[in-house]
Amino acid sequence: MPETPSPSSPPSLLEVRDLKVHYPAGSGFLGHSPRFFKAVDGVSFVIHSGKTIGLVGESGSGKTTVGRAIIHLAPISGGAILWEGRNIGQLPENSFRPFRKHIQMIFQDPYGSLNPRLTIETIVGEAFEVHFPQYSKAERRDRVVDLMRQVGLKPDHIRRYPHEFSGGQRQRIGIARALAVSPRLIICDEPVSALDVSVQAQIINLLQDLQEQYHLSYLFIGHDLGVIEHVSDRVLVMNQGKIVESGDCESIYRSPQHPYTRKLLDAVPSLA
Amino acid sequence: MTPWLENLIVIGGLAILIATLWIWAHSDRWQRAWQRFRRDRLGIASLGIIAFYLLVGLMASLRLPAPAHGQACPTILDRLFSGVPKEKSYSAPFADTTYSVNRPEPLKGRHPLGTDVLGKDVLLQTAKACRTALIIAGLTSLIYIPLGTLLGIVAGYFRRWVDDIIQYVYITLASIPNILLLVAILMVLGKGLSQMAIALGITSWVGLCRLIRGESMRQATRPYVEAARALGHGPWVIITRHILPNVMHLVIINLVLGFSGLVLSESILSYIGVGAPVGTPSWGLMIDSARMELSREPVVWWYLVSATGALFFLVLSLNLLGDALRRAFDPKSS
Repeated sequence: MPETPSPSSPPSLLEVRDLKVHYPAGSGFLGHSPRFFKAVDGVSFVIHSGKTIGLVGESGSGKTTVGRAIIHLAPISGGAILWEGRNIGQLPENSFRPFRKHIQMIFQDPYGSLNPRLTIETIVGEAFEVHFPQYSKAERRDRVVDLMRQVGLKPDHIRRYPHEFSGGQRQRIGIARALAVSPRLIICDEPVSALDVSVQAQIINLLQDLQEQYHLSYLFIGHDLGVIEHVSDRVLVMNQGKIVESGDCESIYRSPQHPYTRKLLDAVPSLA
Repeated sequence: MTPWLENLIVIGGLAILIATLWIWAHSDRWQRAWQRFRRDRLGIASLGIIAFYLLVGLMASLRLPAPAHGQACPTILDRLFSGVPKEKSYSAPFADTTYSVNRPEPLKGRHPLGTDVLGKDVLLQTAKACRTALIIAGLTSLIYIPLGTLLGIVAGYFRRWVDDIIQYVYITLASIPNILLLVAILMVLGKGLSQMAIALGITSWVGLCRLIRGESMRQATRPYVEAARALGHGPWVIITRHILPNVMHLVIINLVLGFSGLVLSESILSYIGVGAPVGTPSWGLMIDSARMELSREPVVWWYLVSATGALFFLVLSLNLLGDALRRAFDPKSS
């Protein structure tokens, strides 16, 4: 049941229309009739300013690919991605670069997402090189220190290397890097699934505080239904590259319509 | 070329080497590797032996002012051996007389590794040949290391047609037997040390390129590379900042291990007569001329043993150092 935006809805920040990401999965004999693996197959949804959309599904359902396609890390085979009404889905890299300032990503793996050879100052400051080249070295450092404080780290941490931090701290560094360019939408690709439960809550609270402070929008990708319910305004359920159900948290969790959603909810371990 | 220009080039090269090591020594990962390497006795011992070879090579390269006008400038090594007299013919190590069954003649001096057919000290020749081996291996490394690393990273990062072209080139090169290709290139270029370095450089980059290509492919999918792309960084920044530093340890290990192969190649090419010009001090040429001596009665063995021994210890130390570096950089793999 794909979500179709009605003309009466308020102006959207990001609208995804019939997004398709197909990967060639081997070709037929002599290159004829190539077969495709449909990672994302006709997904549509809308993200409004300051809201959080939860995207939930099991591994391999295509949810991460949706996020990656939005910031051009995965090739788009069809459909449109509208940023405030302008189609940015097919833009070449040079024209898309200004939009990278508005859309950032937080990665799942806090260990792999930071280059082990660089100091925190370089990692977080990298963003300024592209989008704020006018900053001097001192200004850049001030901004990095500022960002470190905002994500709950100490300013003197900027000279350290990633291996000197815990998983939760690294995820905070990843958040600081995403925040550096003052984006309006952050794609959170399972930002807490690699963390301890106690740390998960801290990171989610941090994300919610930042959302309030900067009026951020999130596309929150995850498989943990509890986390998704806690953070999202609307939830999309994805299976095999398609959105099978969408709605506000309440309706999805209280009365799931699609059998796959019911299956997902039944799979949640309960203490009762 | 004037002797002073020669000296300047040698010292300049050495300064660049030390400066590079100095810069690397300040990065965090290299310091951690050094902490592990320091405890590796075999690694330290091999490093010591290699340093000794480098010192000998340096002494055979740096020239002193000529003793009298019109004479050739001697190297430091020549000066060190200036007290060692020239004999009439062969003499065994530490012998008192020449190596002759019928008419042994008393020697003018002592020779720890004996003398050759012309009565020249074998130790001096072995030491001089060290320079040739190091120059060939060093020059070749200067050619093939940047070439292999750059092509490997470019192929691994960009994939698609760039990768196809680079793969096509190296698969073609790899499918031709190495020694045939070397001989063919040397036939075209002619004999000489720089020609040898070019020929070896053309044939040596394939292995490194393959290795770096594979590792770059792996690095290119790491989330921190994706994060850099998501920030809008171009390929040049991503390659130099995120990929190159993360494959550099492989380049270093390959450089050290490849160096031993190049030292061997120099000897092999000189042995089969397409390498160093006759008259150049070279272990390969020494082994080649020792061929005839082995059939003499009584057998002249020290010429062959000196050249082979010098070659053996250098190659062995380089291999041990390469392994020690691998252990130091990647403790999980061993």
